[in-house]
Amino acid sequence: MSALLEVHVLTVRFGGLCALSNLSLSAEPGEILGLIGPNGAGKTTFINAVTGAVKATGSVRFGGRSISGFRPFKIARLGLARTYQVVQPFPEMSALDNVAAGALFSGAAPSLSEARKQAEAVLERVGLGREANRFAEELTLAQRKRLEVAKGLASKPRMLLLDEVNAGLNAAEIEEALGLIRSIAVEGVAVLLVEHVMRVVSGLCHRVIVLHHGRMIADGEPAHVLADQAVIEAYLGRRYAERMAVAVGA
Amino acid sequence: MSAFFEISGLQAGYGAIRVLWGVDLRLNQRGIACLVGANGAGKTTLLRSISGLLTPTCGSIRFEGEEITGLRPDQVLARGIAQVPEGRRLFASMNVEDNLLMGAYGQRSAARQGLERAYALFPLLKERRRQDASTLSGGEQQMCAIARGLMSHPKLLLIDELSLGLAPRIVEQLISTLVEVAQAGTGILVVEQDVAAALDLASEGFVLDRGRITLSGSSPSLAANPCVREAYLGVA
Repeated sequence: MSALLEVHVLTVRFGGLCALSNLSLSAEPGEILGLIGPNGAGKTTFINAVTGAVKATGSVRFGGRSISGFRPFKIARLGLARTYQVVQPFPEMSALDNVAAGALFSGAAPSLSEARKQAEAVLERVGLGREANRFAEELTLAQRKRLEVAKGLASKPRMLLLDEVNAGLNAAEIEEALGLIRSIAVEGVAVLLVEHVMRVVSGLCHRVIVLHHGRMIADGEPAHVLADQAVIEAYLGRRYAERMAVAVGA
Repeated sequence: MSAFFEISGLQAGYGAIRVLWGVDLRLNQRGIACLVGANGAGKTTLLRSISGLLTPTCGSIRFEGEEITGLRPDQVLARGIAQVPEGRRLFASMNVEDNLLMGAYGQRSAARQGLERAYALFPLLKERRRQDASTLSGGEQQMCAIARGLMSHPKLLLIDELSLGLAPRIVEQLISTLVEVAQAGTGILVVEQDVAAALDLASEGFVLDRGRITLSGSSPSLAANPCVREAYLGVA
């Protein structure tokens, strides 16, 4: 199968700081890709660069065409949707209208009434059906993160970039989130997860890429990558690695 | 003997929505305790009620034998309770040192000593002291938020969502630092979604479910409890 997203030697500099250095990766339809690494490693910068929010050198191709230098709204309309780590819903709009805005402005819905209809279905799917008429500012942080996913889904994307949407969930809620993300991928949507919750990474991702200081230090299957010494040193820490080893009976 | 910190029958909410339905929680002494529960259970509402950001509708909060229910946030802080809010909430356009100094606002004499302590606990913050808070990584921001909370030399530090959005290795470092803080005499009540990590860190824990404390006890007893294991640890 040919790649949906192809990133080649992507590099982002902020003044003297190289936030992302020569990163190359690809994602296929239906693939769930994990992007992990220490805070400040360049994960969100990668999402920003791919979606046109920050300037980068290198090339990004999506659906077979170059999207390098495209503006964010144009990239979103091509079907590459993202969520934001620091969630910023329209606080005094209902959850429903926040999602409807996503459907309307991405071009996924032709009218506001159609957008609201689609938003209702999407909210139901992400488990926020009962919160549809509440103001976004009244939602808990976990619900607002779920609202971000809903906004992304409402644009009917071919690829969804999720930036720490599972932070702050407990074990039971994580299981629900795993089910949701799996169901999105099963429909052929490629998913890239930036994530610190290792239960999500190990339980969901087909492939995991680890960034450290803007460079890729590991790329492979979750079990292999999470046992990698360099990854333990840079990211997981010894105590966590020991807990993981106990959990899998190693 | 009166408890170090005690909440009884606490009810609170937002407008017509009641979130806490009679919370009872007692810390006999300083040390580290954790508060766990599903999203929407009322954990943040409880912390906000303690620190005076939200006025309870009923019940009482006593700290070192003194009634503090309904006090303003600055009055609660003056009694010795500080809060590290969920999502850090740093002043983004202020540098690290100015953020820290905000933690000792109105306590000029405590500021210098507080800074020394903050930089001793988190040497990285000293290196970054002239850097805008918005340019810090998530882990550095949480260090700054915790250090800001400690600037007023609180007797009890409330931390909302310690590990939120942080790399496992950073969480490990923060946990070691908090153990050090507790050993130096500050009580800590931490809200944490990684229940395994929370029970590792704390000596006792409380489970909040739909606005009520439904389980409490020593961390080992909670870690062994079948309900906790199934609902919060993800193991049967």
